[in-house]
Amino acid sequence: MRLNATRVRAIVRKELQDYRRNRSIVMTMAVMPVAFVALPIASIFSLPAAAASATLDRRIGLSLLYMLLIPTIVPAAIAAASVAGEREQGTLEPVLTTPIQREEFLLAKGLAAFIPAVLISYGAFAVFLVAVELFAHRTIATAVFHNSALPAQALFTPLLAAWSIWSGIAISARSSDVRTAQQLSIFASLPPLGVVSLLSFNVIQPTLTLAVGLALPLLVIDLVGWRVAAVMFDRERLVTGTRS
Amino acid sequence: MGEDRSETSALSVSHLTKRFGDRVAFDDLSFEVGRGEVFGFLGPNGAGKTTTVRTLGTLLIPSAGSAVVAGIPLEPANGVAIRRRISVMPESPGLYLRLTVYENLACFAGLFELHDARGSIERALRAVNVADRANDPCGTLSKGLRQRVGLARALLSDPEVLFLDEPTSGLDPAAAHDVHDLIAGLRQRGVTIFLTTHRLEEAERLCDRVAIMNTTLRTIGRPDELRDQLFSRSLAVRTVAPLAQPERVFSALPAVTGWRADGPGAYILAVSDPAIAAPAVTRALVGAGADVLSIAESRHSLEDVYLELLDERAEGHE
Repeated sequence: MRLNATRVRAIVRKELQDYRRNRSIVMTMAVMPVAFVALPIASIFSLPAAAASATLDRRIGLSLLYMLLIPTIVPAAIAAASVAGEREQGTLEPVLTTPIQREEFLLAKGLAAFIPAVLISYGAFAVFLVAVELFAHRTIATAVFHNSALPAQALFTPLLAAWSIWSGIAISARSSDVRTAQQLSIFASLPPLGVVSLLSFNVIQPTLTLAVGLALPLLVIDLVGWRVAAVMFDRERLVTGTRS
Repeated sequence: MGEDRSETSALSVSHLTKRFGDRVAFDDLSFEVGRGEVFGFLGPNGAGKTTTVRTLGTLLIPSAGSAVVAGIPLEPANGVAIRRRISVMPESPGLYLRLTVYENLACFAGLFELHDARGSIERALRAVNVADRANDPCGTLSKGLRQRVGLARALLSDPEVLFLDEPTSGLDPAAAHDVHDLIAGLRQRGVTIFLTTHRLEEAERLCDRVAIMNTTLRTIGRPDELRDQLFSRSLAVRTVAPLAQPERVFSALPAVTGWRADGPGAYILAVSDPAIAAPAVTRALVGAGADVLSIAESRHSLEDVYLELLDERAEGHE
């Protein structure tokens, strides 16, 4: 099967145009990252310079984990609306009568959620690091920048976003309304965070090798997830609400 | 749009059936639609019209039978190829309401991989007279304008076959009239149109041929042919005063096969050919000293045909 870039681009562009004018998506993309970056900054700033090493590690781990909620929850909320939202608006049928294939449609929907989610996540992460560098006590800033979970943070951001997106789209393809899809998608997006939290709290010693070792299966799951979402996207059921 | 049509059928449907579990949406449909023809697909709500469009538009897989759509066999493997050649306008236009008219069409121009997207969009908008609203969000448009934009979107790709599913559903008479004019314009340009509707005057006005279905196909033909098949032709005669001896006036006239009174001074004459019967009836009435108010051919509407067929079906089920 060959994917057509023009058709994928058409849907991605349309989605991004639509997000900009959709108040609930703008709020999700703006408010949630602000909250999840403000809390870690406040947490780090409230640490005394002479904090014990264990306390420091736990607080940094918690802060980083907070920020991983951004690539987890933001794309889940967007992806959950991807198919169910089109059904609710009555726009799915006209799109499906064009030459677009379901894999192209889902890839475009996924990319449209992935691109802003990852940019916002990295942006929030950068804001956190800049704030720590500029305003935190030097000892604490050094501890943050030398924390071994930091590269894992960068590595897991796109992988968690991809997980949230495929699970969100698969749920969206099976849901009758957007609200239900969003609630289920946010729940479905959380399991990988469990592993990441073990790293963040040093339950599993966070080395880059281990992070990569965990990231690879997650990458495979993400790739399989796209196929699973494609299988769950049943044109006939989506159009008629029933199967033959 | 609309040039380069080959001589073959635009649609060829053979024993096509669609079931959802035990429920039959439509059964054993067979018909052909010629290139450039406006083909009306009539039936009551729940008759299977929309399901037929969705099946021919490759959204649904038929349970049995076969079809050739725009020259391509209707098979799952040919879905993309068929959808490149057709356009479907569903009953609800399904526009992205937060996007402008232009942005909506630009998205679909991308989906059809149109090389001159801007030119195609501008031509389609001009064709439906909404070029001046190109930059308005679709959410701000009236229902009639949204229907026009839906039609513009359907025309973007210069389709070989255009499926219009209840295009005037829910529109006020003026907006429906505008859509009729647009469809008539497309017909003049040679676009093959498959029009589903339950508005019979719409089908009668716009369609070359119509099919009447209610899960199964009841009949198919030109509206006047269907009338002739189902109803004998007749003349309605009105005189100022009742005739003293109508049997003497109407008997033995050429092409008049029978008559009956239809009220004081009103008569219905069964005729084999109105063109021969009407002058003879006029002469006979004048000869009998009657003051004639009117002599007109009684025309059965497509609605009469439709109701007659549905009545037959209901009786058949009793």
